[in-house]
Amino acid sequence: MSALSVRDLELNRGPRPILRGVNLDVDAGEVCAFMGVSGAGKSTLLRAIAALEAISAGKITIGNATLTPGPLPPESRLRDVRRQVGFVFQTPSLFEHLSAMENVMLGPIHALRWPADRARDVARRLLDSLGVAHRADAYPRQLSGGEAQRVAIARALAPDPTLLLMDEPTSALDPARRGALGESLRALAADGRGLLVSTHDAEFARRFADRVVVLDQGRIVEEGPASDVLTSPTHAATRTLLQGESSPTTH
Amino acid sequence: MARERYIFASDLSLSMPRAPLASHSFVASFGFIALIAGCSPSAPSPGRSVLRWGGDAEGGAPFVEADPSDPSKVRGFDVEVAGMIAKGLGAKPQFVQVAWASIPQSAERGDFDLGMSGIEDSPELRERNSLSIPYYEFREVLAVRPADKGKYRRLSDLARRRVATLGSTQAYQILLAEQATTGVVPVSYDDDVHPYADLVSGRVDAVLLDNIIAERSLRRSGGFVIQDEPVAIGHYVAVLAKKNAALRDSIDDVLRARMRDGSLEKTFRAWNVWNDAEAAYFARALAATRDTATVATKPHQSILTYVPSLARAGVITLLLSFLAMTLAVLAGCLIAAGRVYGGPIVRALFTAYVEVVRGTPVLLQLFVLYYGLSSVVRLPAFLAAVLGLGLNYAAYEAEIYRSALLAIPRSQLEAARTLGLSELQIFRLVRAPQALRLALAPMTNDFVALLKDSSLVSVITVVELTKQTAIYATNVGSWVVPGLLCAAIYLVFSLPLTRVARTLEQRWNHV
Repeated sequence: MSALSVRDLELNRGPRPILRGVNLDVDAGEVCAFMGVSGAGKSTLLRAIAALEAISAGKITIGNATLTPGPLPPESRLRDVRRQVGFVFQTPSLFEHLSAMENVMLGPIHALRWPADRARDVARRLLDSLGVAHRADAYPRQLSGGEAQRVAIARALAPDPTLLLMDEPTSALDPARRGALGESLRALAADGRGLLVSTHDAEFARRFADRVVVLDQGRIVEEGPASDVLTSPTHAATRTLLQGESSPTTH
Repeated sequence: MARERYIFASDLSLSMPRAPLASHSFVASFGFIALIAGCSPSAPSPGRSVLRWGGDAEGGAPFVEADPSDPSKVRGFDVEVAGMIAKGLGAKPQFVQVAWASIPQSAERGDFDLGMSGIEDSPELRERNSLSIPYYEFREVLAVRPADKGKYRRLSDLARRRVATLGSTQAYQILLAEQATTGVVPVSYDDDVHPYADLVSGRVDAVLLDNIIAERSLRRSGGFVIQDEPVAIGHYVAVLAKKNAALRDSIDDVLRARMRDGSLEKTFRAWNVWNDAEAAYFARALAATRDTATVATKPHQSILTYVPSLARAGVITLLLSFLAMTLAVLAGCLIAAGRVYGGPIVRALFTAYVEVVRGTPVLLQLFVLYYGLSSVVRLPAFLAAVLGLGLNYAAYEAEIYRSALLAIPRSQLEAARTLGLSELQIFRLVRAPQALRLALAPMTNDFVALLKDSSLVSVITVVELTKQTAIYATNVGSWVVPGLLCAAIYLVFSLPLTRVARTLEQRWNHV
């Protein structure tokens, strides 16, 4: 079953094309990593799928929701997209005035109108599964980078989305934390979610992604099982990415 | 009216530029005179060559006014009497511009030798300064609208009615005493033009002031009548420093001589303020011995007697500030939200509002709101004060809130959108609570500023803490105790406020 389907997507900013003819599918239960150098359009693609940016042409289908070209519709007409898509930003972007627990509970209580008890149970379970339950009462500025990111993941997962988008989730983490994050992503996919993760960490993609998509100057230039793409790249852009990989701490 | 065009040229005019001054700048030029004159207070001594005398040209004719044909000079009956005194002492008169209410204290400080500008004789003044014998007897008269001529004949007819007068005058003291007994509501003004304007427009029901001022207003604008029966009798005197009793005695001799030889009568006739009562007064004054002019002094009033009125004025200040700040916060939120979320027209309108309000003096805004709009909507003074201060501060609050709203990172707002929150929920749950924390410190700052700016509303007749203190200070002739009391009350108001803000800030910063 397809969690996400992108067809012939074009996105221009003014006269400048950012995404050009992107076609992409993410299945339920699959971790799809997409890679590319800075400026390749990775973040823009994620933002377009999350209905944070208007598209110029093509179509994005998420479950029963569809995004079409033209200005973004009001939030009231985006409910289906919001319910099904979770987004983890590159910076955690937690709400500074709320505790970790309250950050996770905010969406379910106010957007989904869950009773507070149910929201609290779900939030506690998510924080626990991500290993930050002991930080539930801490405020964002008291959290380390890794803790803040896991709280942000819990916040995105609380409404139980079918598609989880993550923008550079490994950039703020040390290698040990990356491994733990990767395990978490595999577990989330095993629950039947589709995961679309932007990264330029080839090692991370190799270990945890089912499939790798390489984006270069707004186009998909290479696509396939992670092991194939990353061991025998066919496109120059992929090779450039892998060269950067020679030093393990750079990304 | 045949007014003698007697022009009094002060010594100082010789050192002033001879170029004609625009009439609207005459007050400023007097301020300049006061400034340079204040730099060199002359030690008063008999046998002087120059007699420095202080007066207020803002008081206008027939007392002291800027000469329309040469605004660097002054004219008026007080100017002429001062000239007679100087001549009698063998000196040349030199005018010093001083704000009317400060003349006695300025004389005591030694800024000039004697002060004259319709200074009223009173037991309190007699205690603190040396006073000449009265050179003019005036009547405190009641002015009412023509329709009320039969209804409001005396003060006792005006129970619970608003009666206007000039602050820190004998008339104001009479009204305060009357307030305690018959319930008259005194309304204090900073000038003697607006009381009559407000009488005609219906904001007040009567004006109690000197007959000279009342008759002048009647001639200038009209629209009211003056009751024949005076409420009280008062006297104009020259005021000197307490230690200058010897000079005062010489001045008294000169004044008696000028009463006797008819020069004073001639001057008062020339300024159209001579009448039978004046002739009778002169006769009495010349027959009396030196001391009869001294009024029996009242027992010294202690600080305690002023505390209730200061406390009342403090409540007015506090209430006014709270209401104005509430309005400022609400309107400020609306303007800020409009500027952040609104369309181009809303944004342009609110931006224009903020720029106009911030770019013009709040004093001007209060005047326009209270006096300027009075032909369209006659706002009660307190309401006008709340509106004036509130709408003024709204512009500043709006800017604080706007920048606080813009300071919340866009990524947080987008994160809230991806959670499925509506725009209103994002504002209410994410943006506003964080913006409030950012706005708290500058808001507290503004509230403390507003608390103090509320003293400006005395120009539209609201007697708040500072005005009440000024009245009290004029009464006791010193700013030391009233000033300290007033400052203490302001601090009592503002310190808890800053403390609460600091506590909140610390709590929010620790999380």
